[in-house]
Order: sequence, then C-alpha cells, then structure tokens
Amino acid sequence: MKREMLNLIASARARKQACAMVTDMDSGRQAFIGGAVRQGELALGEQQMDEVRRRIDSDHSGLMEFGGFFVRVYSPPVRLVIVGAVHIAQALAPMAQLAGFDVTVIDPREAFARSGNLAGITALIEWPDDGLKQVAPDARTAVVTLTHDPKLDDPALESALRSPAFYIGALGSKKTHASRLQRLDALGFSAADTARIHGPVGLKINAATPAEIAVSIMAQIIEKLRETP
Amino acid sequence: MPANSVSQSSPVSDPLEQLTAWVAAGKQAALATVVATWGSSPRPVGSHMAVLISGDFAGSVSGGCIEGAVVEAALEAIKAGQPKLLEYGISNEAAWEVGLACGGRVQVFVEPVL
Repeated sequence: MKREMLNLIASARARKQACAMVTDMDSGRQAFIGGAVRQGELALGEQQMDEVRRRIDSDHSGLMEFGGFFVRVYSPPVRLVIVGAVHIAQALAPMAQLAGFDVTVIDPREAFARSGNLAGITALIEWPDDGLKQVAPDARTAVVTLTHDPKLDDPALESALRSPAFYIGALGSKKTHASRLQRLDALGFSAADTARIHGPVGLKINAATPAEIAVSIMAQIIEKLRETP
Repeated sequence: MPANSVSQSSPVSDPLEQLTAWVAAGKQAALATVVATWGSSPRPVGSHMAVLISGDFAGSVSGGCIEGAVVEAALEAIKAGQPKLLEYGISNEAAWEVGLACGGRVQVFVEPVL
C-alpha cells in the first residue's frame, strides 16, 4: 500500500466519510474511492465501480464479483444516542464505545450530564428533541431513552420514530410501556410505528444492576445491527 | 524491567490509526487484512492487523491462532517490498504449527506500506 493511500483512508475516517480501498492482490495495485474522490493505480470499469458503491452503501467488505479484487469498506462508526445521563447510561456509554459505537448522551439536566464516567463521550445539555435534531439519527444510529420521565423520553421517541434509526429502545416496565404507547398513539403514531420501539428495553437476561441492564441493552442493539434483512 | 515483560508501544487500539501513526513517524510497517473466511473463523472479513518492523503489532486477524505467523509474513513482505496472499486453516500443511483450532479457513493479505 502506498503511503498516500493510507493517508486518504485516515482523512476520510477523520471526516467520518464512508470510503473504500480496492486492491488487486496479485499486483498490490489499489484504488481509493471516497465521495467524489477516486485515486490510485488500479483502473476500475463502470460495472466494478457500481459494485464498489453498492458495497460502500451496505458496509460490505469482501471479494468482488467482477475481477476478484478485494474491497475494504470503511464506514463511519455506528452511533448510539442515549437520552438520560442516568446510572445505566454511565455503564452503557463506555460499553458501546468499546464495541466501536460513537456515543452521544443527551440530558437537559446539567448536573446529570456533567456527572462522572462519561469521559470521552459527547454530552449534549439539551432537551431531547433539540438534541436529537442536532444528532440527526440515520439508518446507522440507535436511540435509547433511559430517563423514565415522559416529558423527556416522549419527545425523544417522537424524534426517533420520525428518523430511520435502526434501533429504538425505551426503559420502563410493561405497564410504563403500555401507557407510553397510548400517549404515542394519541399523537398519531400507528401500531406499526410504535412496534419499532423495544420496550421494556433489552434482551431478557434477568438483568438486575445498572451494568447488567446495560449489557442486555447493548446485546439487543447488536442483535438488531447484525440482523440479516 | 523483567526480561519477559512487554511494553505496549501505544495506547491506540485501532490498527489503522496505529499504522498511520507508525508510518507518519517514518517507521517501516505493513498491514494484514482478512480478505476471505470459510466456516467458523473468529474475525470477520476486513479485520486489520498493523505490523511494525520491530514485530510489534496492533489489531488481530484471528483469535490469536495465526498472529505469530502473520507477523513473520508481514516482516518478510516489508523486506521484499511486495504484498503476499496467505492462507491458513485445517487444510494447510502447517496446520499443526499455525492452524485454526476452530476448524475454519482464512485468507490474509499482507502488504508493506511503501
């Protein structure tokens, strides 16, 4: 690999832009594709470029159907937005970081947002709907509400339901979740819309402590992320 | 420092960031990438391991089964200035030394940074 090619990947990753490196493993020649930029010594035909673009869109590294070149796709990290800088958030945020997620915690309550254990994590001291507007969840974003407080959780869930977020989870008992669904129904969300919300949140592993609940939430997010369509 | 201790050269855990840092510091290094897997294998396609000329490495291409052999191959690739495609698995003749205990098979591409 030429040093310039390595630097192209590094700068695309720093800008959180998806890109790909295509390698002819016989000659070692490579082509970098990122946004409108195409660089390198390896020439690609239109059919091959189409396949590379498809692979970038679906975050799918592997050997190409056409030509047998290897494509390594570099996607920006999957994002996790946590609403509520509560105890579970203090366990969930570092776990998600370890798993490679880009984590943002939103809490309008400054004392919560500034409370410890969120080092290296983006904390937004905003109302959840404003915070989520800033984050703009896409299809590679998970949103989890943890405040227990409808006036914080509900606006966040409304924003999340209007986004293509791949995972939406809400902390709360079955009873809490049922009344939450009623409120969202009154706001005009259909049953199909609200079925996107995982509530009670997390896989059933009988989690008891905040850290254990964080494990069950993280496991459910990963299950959803790796689900084959 | 005891003779059997190892010093971590950097807290950076991302192999590509580590490689970029090594190269920026003027060091000779190589990149190993899992390009194909068959059966059960511990690291997915695209997994990277960065290898420094000293033998230090960051990242992984298996569950620790073949890293030693890949480091050797990466050092040879740096010396030769040429990339190489490697294959490991139970069908490999060297399986007794550097096979995958899980019974899977992987192809790893090693390339020096030039």
